[in-house]
Amino acid sequence: MFDKILIANRGEIACRIIETCRQMGVGTVAVYSDADAGARHVALADQAVHIGAALPAESYLRGARIIQAALDSGAQAIHPGYGFLSENPDFVEAVEAAGLTFIGPSGQAIRAMGLKDAAKALMVEAGVPVVPGYHGAGQEDARLAAEADKIGYPVLIKAVAGGGGKGMRLVEAASEFGSALEAARAEAKGAFGNDAVLVEKFIQSPRHIEIQVFGDGTRAVHLFERDCSLQRRHQKVIEEAPAPGMPEAVRAAMGAAAVRAAEAIGYKGAGTVEFIVDGSGPLREDGFWFMEMNTRLQVEHPVTEFITGLDLVAWQLLVASGAPLPARQDELAIDGHAFEARLYAEDVPKGFLPATGRLTHLSFPAGARADTGVRAGDEISPYYDPMIAKVIVHGSDREHALQKLRQALATTQVAGTVTNLAFLRRLAAHPGFAKGAVDTGLIGRDLDALTQEPVPCSKSRALAALGALGLGVAPRRAAEGFALWQPMEHQARLDWRDEAILARVQCQGGGYLVRLDGGEAAHHIRREGEDWWIDGGKVSAELVVTGEGHVSVFWGNGYHFTVPDPLAVAAGDAAGGDVIEAPMPGLVKAVFVEAGQEVRRGDRLAVLEAMKMEHTLTAPRDGDVSEVLVATGAQVEAGAALIQLTEDDA
Amino acid sequence: MKLKSQLIVGSEAARTNRAAHLEVLRVAQEAAESAALGGGERARKRHLDRGKLLPRDRVAGLLDPGAPFLEIGATAAHGLYGGDAPCAGVIAGVGQVMGRQVMVVCNDATVKGGTYYPMTVKKHLRAQEIAAECHLPCIYLVDSGGANLPNQDEVFPDREHFGRIFYNQAQMSAKGIAQIAVVMGSCTAGGAYVPAMSDVSIIVREQGTIFLAGPPLVKAATGEVVSAEDLGGGDVHTRLSGVADYLAEDDAHALALARRAVASLGGGGTSPALLGETPAYDPEEILDVVPGDLRTPYDIREVIARLVDGSYFDEFKPRFGETLVCGFARVMGQDVGIVANNGVLFSESAQKGAHFVELCSQRKTPLVFLQNITGFMVGRKYENEGIARHGAKMVTAVATTAVPKVTMLVGGSFGAGNYGMAGRAYSPRFLWTWPNSRISVMGGAQAAGVLATVKREAVERAGGSWSADEEAAFKRPTEEMFEEQSHPLYASARLWDDGIVDPRRSRQVLGLSLAASLNAPIEETRFGVFRM
Repeated sequence: MFDKILIANRGEIACRIIETCRQMGVGTVAVYSDADAGARHVALADQAVHIGAALPAESYLRGARIIQAALDSGAQAIHPGYGFLSENPDFVEAVEAAGLTFIGPSGQAIRAMGLKDAAKALMVEAGVPVVPGYHGAGQEDARLAAEADKIGYPVLIKAVAGGGGKGMRLVEAASEFGSALEAARAEAKGAFGNDAVLVEKFIQSPRHIEIQVFGDGTRAVHLFERDCSLQRRHQKVIEEAPAPGMPEAVRAAMGAAAVRAAEAIGYKGAGTVEFIVDGSGPLREDGFWFMEMNTRLQVEHPVTEFITGLDLVAWQLLVASGAPLPARQDELAIDGHAFEARLYAEDVPKGFLPATGRLTHLSFPAGARADTGVRAGDEISPYYDPMIAKVIVHGSDREHALQKLRQALATTQVAGTVTNLAFLRRLAAHPGFAKGAVDTGLIGRDLDALTQEPVPCSKSRALAALGALGLGVAPRRAAEGFALWQPMEHQARLDWRDEAILARVQCQGGGYLVRLDGGEAAHHIRREGEDWWIDGGKVSAELVVTGEGHVSVFWGNGYHFTVPDPLAVAAGDAAGGDVIEAPMPGLVKAVFVEAGQEVRRGDRLAVLEAMKMEHTLTAPRDGDVSEVLVATGAQVEAGAALIQLTEDDA
Repeated sequence: MKLKSQLIVGSEAARTNRAAHLEVLRVAQEAAESAALGGGERARKRHLDRGKLLPRDRVAGLLDPGAPFLEIGATAAHGLYGGDAPCAGVIAGVGQVMGRQVMVVCNDATVKGGTYYPMTVKKHLRAQEIAAECHLPCIYLVDSGGANLPNQDEVFPDREHFGRIFYNQAQMSAKGIAQIAVVMGSCTAGGAYVPAMSDVSIIVREQGTIFLAGPPLVKAATGEVVSAEDLGGGDVHTRLSGVADYLAEDDAHALALARRAVASLGGGGTSPALLGETPAYDPEEILDVVPGDLRTPYDIREVIARLVDGSYFDEFKPRFGETLVCGFARVMGQDVGIVANNGVLFSESAQKGAHFVELCSQRKTPLVFLQNITGFMVGRKYENEGIARHGAKMVTAVATTAVPKVTMLVGGSFGAGNYGMAGRAYSPRFLWTWPNSRISVMGGAQAAGVLATVKREAVERAGGSWSADEEAAFKRPTEEMFEEQSHPLYASARLWDDGIVDPRRSRQVLGLSLAASLNAPIEETRFGVFRM
């Protein structure tokens, strides 16, 4: 076993790896960028090395710098985590050339799986079923269209070098093929620098089921499947293991196919073989097709850990250090059911826009495993993936585990940034999901209902009003609310989203009477110890003042209120509706207008690149540009003024 | 030691006492509630329609939410001016702003435009007196038309009249006691000097006005036609005249600016934490232990046990002068010396009282007086042993001690007992009264008796006769007059005290009064000559 390893990653996965190293007595070296100097993974590691600026290309993607850090710190091996350099064969070879061990497969194995069409050809050879499709070198428009016709619509166009859904297009009919091809190529070119595409049969009601495999370079075993069908635009949302409705024979067939795939490339370490599965009926032994193999540890590996009782990172370290596979296939078994939900900083009502912010409050329930790279007070920066945590639960069966997931999500508390928590809760409560009737289209079909934002009830508002006044959050003082003959009545002003809430609060009888304006709602609230009692009943709500002007009520969902600064009144005059602001932090990719130019409503003004997505900012009305406040290439914060329109007289 | 109560919970006496107290409390509560409504529904609506906050909402908006507010004169002017000036048209009290104790004085424009009746002036001056003695920054929420003209003779000319307000502002400012004005309505004529004499003043745009003469008077005097806003509105005063320092958009903004001004005062001055063990006996039981009838004697320690921290009371000289109970205790974490009546004052009681006041002065321990006194003992024996001399000692000590005094009238306050027990004339920092109390130079029956005796002598000297019926008829008006004038609502209306308080909340009232008093440093005491 290694004495010390370097973890070439950040966030929750770096923390996750450090935890196993701790248990195994392996020393850890973290690396960090400027943005991560105070990050949790740095705090947890035994040593930490600064490797550059915040942008990944200037830090976490700098292979040579990271290898040097490993050599300097005396680490014997490098764990790449997932993402960043984890599937970069050149990096693997550089690590090995430096005399270090790469905790993962060989560069050769990664290359074999890196290009999709080559990988598929390899799989066909190994007897692994693949989706009918065209993976040829001929990339002429006509050729691709002809192949599409041959496969039969609907078809999928995918980037050869792709992943994560980039450069992918669904084409329902031949007439749409041309434009879809163009779009896919452009996206592929932008994302991967390679516009080659492949065409595949599109599977109806597809399910995404993947097999966790582990190889020692020659032989491989599988650790059963995970169902990752709950996806939104190819991004996994909730994963589970085992897959619902999985017959033992199909599991065996898929497992065997995955093992063949891994062995075909002499796979070493943890990998995942992804299959697309026909979910239109019961799962069949001939109803799954190879999609791709991920040659790394997956984000969702914890669900496999829960049902197998194994530590996959420990397995990785063992195998990388030359030990044999820790278990034979016949020693592996499934125990119960596990779910993982990915908690992200993202603005669901605004189309899941990635969000940033300082986590002013963060609390996970005791009954769940939370893999996280952040603590309360940490910042979700615009530079990296906005994941806050993975909330993982394990139960004796699916129903039990799902109940625990719902409970865990209802008691997870985040403030300081918007999150997808309410979306996750709705998804966990989805009746189709509860029945196990999952497919990759489930979220898309019910998106409106799932993304409906929970609205705080009058009791939540009343609690928030208390918090806005600073009442009930600190221990009660001896003469709190004292007045001679009748209680003082304080007005609380707070905002929930765009809604202004006005409440009148009296301190009385050891508690508070809160009356909300514009309704009959009046609530008697008192606090006893840590508990809140509302209208005579104990409730499971929690009130947290998360900073100057910010109050959160956690009651199943988290409701976040802002308390307007009463002194900010006059400042309101200067601002106006004429400024185009950055909706999120990002890089100004392009500015299309200049001062004095006339614009029409909807005209493109600028493009902001953020979280690997391009956001086009358009004119909110007809008018003239009075000033351009940023230049192309500028990194801007959310809310930064970008373009000023001349004042509207109308 | 911990006091031990003799109360038999649920006894007939306890029930009778409670019923009597609840009845007088109800009367006081109703008076206070009606006063808090100010000038009535129509005036309040008109006020709101102008975009203004009601005065009590202004006070609440200024103060720290949840922090105590010790209001003074809550029933001031009750029954005066034909009931036209509820709460004397001004709200005043000690509150907390940004963690700091302050005196708030807020005009109620729903009461005759916030104009100053005689009692308005008296209450305003009383608030300033408390502020000066306790070093409390003053915040004036101004919305007043100035002197109430029909009452100008009782408002304007004398020493303790309108002009004294500005004199006090200047004096306090000179002592470093901040004066902050928020102009939320009119500030006409003399009233203009409230903001002008303040250290910091804030004015609400298109709502606050400050001028020596309003547009009608200007037109009459010079023929100039000008709007109120152009004459002395917020814009004018913050941009051109400099009479005000900050322009607020509305009431809420103005109050926020005032809070910020307090935060910027510097020099500490945070409110004490007001901790302290709760009494071992529930203050609620005060209504059970104190007889409803003033003439029924009871042990004042039953009250003390329900006021002081943990009911701990270190009684001083318990075996001497037993009709005056003295001792050390804590009220909401604050050391106090308690002087409480337990019967008529004898020479020994008075000497003990003087001794105890000296002790507290030496130790700089504030004094709390629990007043239930019919007076000093009368009769040859007592006069001959010099009870007046011993009483004078106590009065001298009480008058000249420099420690803060807080007086609570828990029963009768008659005659010279009122002096020895730090009555209003002895400048206690605060003087509160229970709704069952009575205050007068002597009891109504005694007063009627004295007058009747004089009358009977005169009648009989002239050879006439006076029947018992005639005597009773003669006595009745005096008795009735005394009954009316000794009533706490009558007293409080005239600001002979700082307000009626619910006996059950006396502990907090005392705690807050002491906290305010201790906001100022305690000076060294220099007593006068004691007649030994």
